[in-house]
Amino acid sequence: MPKRTDIKRVLVIGSGPIVIGQACEFDYSGTQACKALRSEGLEVILVNSNPATIMTDPELADRTYVEPLTPEVLEKIIAIEQPDAILPTVGGQTALNLAVQLDALGILKKYNVALIGASIPAIKVAEDRLLFRDAMTEIGIAVPASGVAKTLDEALEMVAQTGFPSIIRPSFTMGGVGGGIAYNLEEFKEIAGRGLHMSPVHEILVEESVIGWKEFELEVMRDAADNFVVICSIENIDPMGVHTGDSITVAPALTLTDKEYQRMRDAGRRIIRRVGVETGGSNIQFAINPDDGRMVAIEMNPRVSRSSALASKATGFPIAKIAAKLALGYHLDEIPNDITRVTPASFEPAIDYVVVKFPRWNFEKFPQADRTLTTQMKSVGEAMAIGRTFKEAFLKGVRSLELGKEGLLFRRPQMDEKEEDAGSSEDEDTELRRLLVIPTDRRMWALFRALDKGWEIEKIHELTNIDPWFLQQFKELVELRKTAEMIGLRDMSYDLMRTLKRAGFGDGELADILGVNESAVREKRNELKVKPAFKRIDTCAAEFESFTPYMYSTFEDECEADPTDQQKVIILGSGPNRIGQGIEFDYCCCHAVFGFKKEGFETVMVNCNPETVSTDYDTADRLYFEPLTFEDVMAIVEREREGNVDVSCVVQFGGQTPLKLALGLQAAGVTILGTSPDSIDLAEDRRRFTELLWDLGIPQPSSGTATSRAEAREVAAKVGFPVVVRPSYVLGGRAMAIVYDVTTLDRYMISAVDVSHDRPILIDRFLEHAKEVDVDCVADESGAVVIGGIMEHIEEAGIHSGDSSCVVPPPGLGDRHLATIRDYTRRIAKALKVIGLMNTQYAIKDDTVYVLEVNPRASRTVPYLSKANGLPLAQIAARVMAGKSLAELGITDDMTPAGVFVKSPVFPFVRFPGVDTILGPEMKSTGEVMGGADSFGMAFVKAMLGAGQRLPEEGSVCISVNNEDKGEVLPIAKGFAELGFQIIGTRGTAAYLRANGVDCSVVFKVNEGRPSLADEIVNRKISLVVNTPHGRESFFDDKAVRRAAMMAGVPCITTITGAAAALEAIRALRTEGLEVRALQDYYAAVASS
Amino acid sequence: MNAILALENGTWFQGVSAGAPGETAGEVVFNTSMTGYQEILTDPSYAGQIVTMTAPQIGNYGVASADTESSKPQVAGFVMRDASPISSNWRATGTLRGYLVRHNIVAIGDVDTRALTRALRSSGVMRGVIATGSVAPAELVERARRVPHMAGSDLVKDVTTAEAYDFETSLADAVTGSSFGLAPLRRAQRTLKVAAYDYGIKTNILRRLAAHNCQVRVFPASTPASEVLAWEPDGIFLSNGPGDPAAVTYAVDNVRQLIDADVPMFGICLGHQLMGLAMGAKTFKLKFGHRGANHPVKQLETGAIEITSQNHGFSVDPETLPDTARVTHLNLYDGTIEGLRHISKPIFSVQYHPEASPGPHDADYLFQEFLDEMEKK
Repeated sequence: MPKRTDIKRVLVIGSGPIVIGQACEFDYSGTQACKALRSEGLEVILVNSNPATIMTDPELADRTYVEPLTPEVLEKIIAIEQPDAILPTVGGQTALNLAVQLDALGILKKYNVALIGASIPAIKVAEDRLLFRDAMTEIGIAVPASGVAKTLDEALEMVAQTGFPSIIRPSFTMGGVGGGIAYNLEEFKEIAGRGLHMSPVHEILVEESVIGWKEFELEVMRDAADNFVVICSIENIDPMGVHTGDSITVAPALTLTDKEYQRMRDAGRRIIRRVGVETGGSNIQFAINPDDGRMVAIEMNPRVSRSSALASKATGFPIAKIAAKLALGYHLDEIPNDITRVTPASFEPAIDYVVVKFPRWNFEKFPQADRTLTTQMKSVGEAMAIGRTFKEAFLKGVRSLELGKEGLLFRRPQMDEKEEDAGSSEDEDTELRRLLVIPTDRRMWALFRALDKGWEIEKIHELTNIDPWFLQQFKELVELRKTAEMIGLRDMSYDLMRTLKRAGFGDGELADILGVNESAVREKRNELKVKPAFKRIDTCAAEFESFTPYMYSTFEDECEADPTDQQKVIILGSGPNRIGQGIEFDYCCCHAVFGFKKEGFETVMVNCNPETVSTDYDTADRLYFEPLTFEDVMAIVEREREGNVDVSCVVQFGGQTPLKLALGLQAAGVTILGTSPDSIDLAEDRRRFTELLWDLGIPQPSSGTATSRAEAREVAAKVGFPVVVRPSYVLGGRAMAIVYDVTTLDRYMISAVDVSHDRPILIDRFLEHAKEVDVDCVADESGAVVIGGIMEHIEEAGIHSGDSSCVVPPPGLGDRHLATIRDYTRRIAKALKVIGLMNTQYAIKDDTVYVLEVNPRASRTVPYLSKANGLPLAQIAARVMAGKSLAELGITDDMTPAGVFVKSPVFPFVRFPGVDTILGPEMKSTGEVMGGADSFGMAFVKAMLGAGQRLPEEGSVCISVNNEDKGEVLPIAKGFAELGFQIIGTRGTAAYLRANGVDCSVVFKVNEGRPSLADEIVNRKISLVVNTPHGRESFFDDKAVRRAAMMAGVPCITTITGAAAALEAIRALRTEGLEVRALQDYYAAVASS
Repeated sequence: MNAILALENGTWFQGVSAGAPGETAGEVVFNTSMTGYQEILTDPSYAGQIVTMTAPQIGNYGVASADTESSKPQVAGFVMRDASPISSNWRATGTLRGYLVRHNIVAIGDVDTRALTRALRSSGVMRGVIATGSVAPAELVERARRVPHMAGSDLVKDVTTAEAYDFETSLADAVTGSSFGLAPLRRAQRTLKVAAYDYGIKTNILRRLAAHNCQVRVFPASTPASEVLAWEPDGIFLSNGPGDPAAVTYAVDNVRQLIDADVPMFGICLGHQLMGLAMGAKTFKLKFGHRGANHPVKQLETGAIEITSQNHGFSVDPETLPDTARVTHLNLYDGTIEGLRHISKPIFSVQYHPEASPGPHDADYLFQEFLDEMEKK
């Protein structure tokens, strides 16, 4: 069967910004799909609002639209591009929902566009819980008892029948947003109400609880000829009740008999057929009662998903790529398996290793958030690890998370503060029991503590419902730990060392257990000649030869790494996604690979994040799926050196993760390409850096470092309050705060994490109401420096740069300041002997440009600038690091954007009830979008829209600002009034505005009376909120307002500069209208002018 | 306790004993199924073979009486990467280790099974010996070299039933009574009598036939064709079994006579090879065989792909196929013949295992086709 000939142009919809539940796995799948479609000669039109994606690189598609993902924007693109078909199955729930909306609005019909990959009826059956339940009943597949409710009354009727605990699942939301588990009627009302509200169709499913049952997933594919294969089975170690994205999972399923597995496979085939996914991949979830084997189908996703990305990485079978080809009409047996080359894709991968996925949470960023894991996903990233046994993969997974010492499983779990005082073992048992029964991000640590205390498997099974087989494995790990501790390092035999390493213990973990340095463990291990081998992932359990060097380490006899003697470079990736270190760094790593490839290097990628493009075996020449620790990276370096060539490492592109390894690797004799680790260290070392700036005569806010409370007070007294405090070597402003007084400073120093003489707390004078600017540049060995972009923040200094919106070119900076910034940037880059990328942050206050921070490495803004300029900054940097000069690459002038581009952040607050949405120096956003236009206002409208904030064109604006901001808010209020907005103010603000000639009505604050501002937001009486913090007294009032606005989807702006930008944007919206433009057109216009 | 697996090529693997103590010898093969170790252990087609599981975690769900394919484990030995000390499943009646010890099966764990598999893949299956306790590897290698070759060996005589017997349907219910068995697409209109030659038959074949309303009598492999025909069966079934088909000359002779008898006939695995030989084709030994649950097979008539359960070391040579036989199924991995049909008679066979167990149920329709042929008569 040849491919369909009726399709020439395909529109691929991406998944938008990174949010919890929808991360870079969709860049991976979308990129694969784009490549696959183009390799078949099709023209690809791509739309995605997220600039930090490989898929939005202009080379990946014929037409690339970085535009908001809304039906009206898509209609404009469809009208211009006239695609024959839309592929909505590689962009997550976002793309699927858009396809449904486009159909409902009649847009597909109007422009005669076909859907490929999934049909509207299939999407509806899979997504509409009632239709799904009925479909399952029709084909004889059991599902939990359930009912659909559209009102709270209906929901209460349902729960009377299905009983407690009750699972509430809103229809058409992603990652379980708005869902939950209710154990009583009160809780039920709250969760059901929220779910009804958050479902775009205001519908929830009330479901019988199968909490505690074993949970499984099948990744399945089907082609147009009804051929069906299972790519991978996945077992959740955490049983039903914890969202699969928050579960520790293992592939393949390990506790199913063949009878049980085949029954599930048969059900999978029937389900994908009945739902009607004609071509492509789907994910189907099942639950099995461990007591009697009863199996129920839970849900089905008719698209590629996070689990399918995991399955692709776990098996070597590229699901998204194959799905794209199947959508064109190919049959599975017509597509070759890339890895074996000789066999077709119509088979089921056989795995001869074990894969463990461990979620990465970021609760430390949201102290008020509820850490309980439920049916609503809360993790922000994940690490995957591969080993020959479950134990090995599991421990590799734990160390891949980069949790530091705290992450070691054999440490005491952190108890809540009140429990810490308790001390007695009885209390500890009670507490442990609670930690085991109620799943949180720390449950695994509690479980190891319980095993350590000798709790029996049966008891732990009763408390957690985790399958005894896994508990047995954990118990064996604990026993091995005890043996190691008893014997000690000096007397450790070859056999014991080998056994420990084969069980997955890292050198660092052993060092902690044995009370020695990691280097001592390493020495002993080398002396005993216990070294890892590398095995290949080949889809077929070694039945056929593999041509793809996709590898993992294990302590086995035979090594299949087979290093070449080519000039090679190892690019260290960024590990699991977390807030502050996300897809932007993976994007940069991929471009480093592309750059070094162009310079003739063999590229070797090391990373452990299954969601990424960098861990696609197609990206680098060789891929090691490994934790990013010194031990694991050195093992790869040593093995690659056996090709008898020097092996260099690149640490600049993967964020803080590889940087932390730089000095150690260099000390071990590994060449680090580009800027020297010493320069990187200089920039991080506050004393050295201050000296450098002093020498260069570049101003910096006065600052100091402290390792104690007394030192901190001293420094603060010298520099003057307010101050910014933060630990060294952190990303994303972890534990960064603005402190206004001594008491708060003391408290900070007491609770600060990880303070030592090597890593003191940095204290800088905080510049209030300063304008903040970010600069990325690239420099070569000759000292040439080219500036990639000067980005002006829309929010003032004090809000983490990752959480600020910013714009290029900078509209509010004078030529003099721009010249100063350029000059400083060049001089700093030269002084640090930067080879590659450097990011600099400046603040402008009282007409003076200050340097806030310098990071000689890839930054979060590199992909955004690359898209704005049409030049791949990270790739250029890699080529410079490979030895090319900027002049040789033809890059001699500072880069200029091809239009006006605004980057805006996206936040996860909607998932964390009770957490304040106010921004500060600690980064909280998970992702970003970009909006482009000819004017700032329009670009800002698009960025806001892309980030899910639809600015109103009319209605009422509520203004509630603190005293300091009142003067500045006045012109903004006048502007809104001129545009015909009704102005509402809280008492103080309203009085001020009225006194200054703005017609303004008054609304109660939350603690003043009802109806309050929050009520009016809920009642949809207010279309925009401008609310700057009022200081501590009214903190809770502000917080309630901001949360109400967020839940109601009303834009809430918390800075004056942001409000001014919003005003300008709304003005633009009313005068210009929203137009779309492909990146290729922006670049072509610049090239021709 | 230590254990060693030694191969005829002089290499050996150190591991730990994971079953009964002692020594065992056989042809070392690998199976890539990720589930179903108990079905594999008890499949009589593995007689004389030391089976290596490429899936690393074996024994996790223990053993259960309903998951057996014959009365006891049939393998000569068993090789694993990591054997589970416990069993975790609601149906489990014991641990894998206990089962192996009880049935005196020598097994080795902690082996780099991937290295072993790669060796078997590149040099072909090899003879080998597993021994537990303190043993000299060099000596074991020597012993491995003295193990008889599989080619030319009639292993059927060791595993076939001594007496004919009627399959008890209650045995079928043991599995299909729970929700695990695939429901038959339809049952026969009347009770059909199937004469099944036991060359080492897997129980699930009998369960599937019984599920379709067949009355199955199982005959010893050497039963003369005339005796089988005297029972007046509606159809004849040729089972799977171990060893070299060409060595089972008496069976080939019987099948030849049965082809002439014009009774619907269905063969699986060794039964398929015997049918090929009886029609005049030749068989040859594959380098490392097909053993697993993921092999794609194409049904030539419809183009449909089936994911199949496989266990065979020999194959019918397409070059020698007579005009009376037509190829119906092909293996998409290596293009070998997976199915044959007589051009004019209701006779067909497949190289793979439509009864699955372990493996996917994709090819279950073949039992129905057999039913159709029988009902036509």
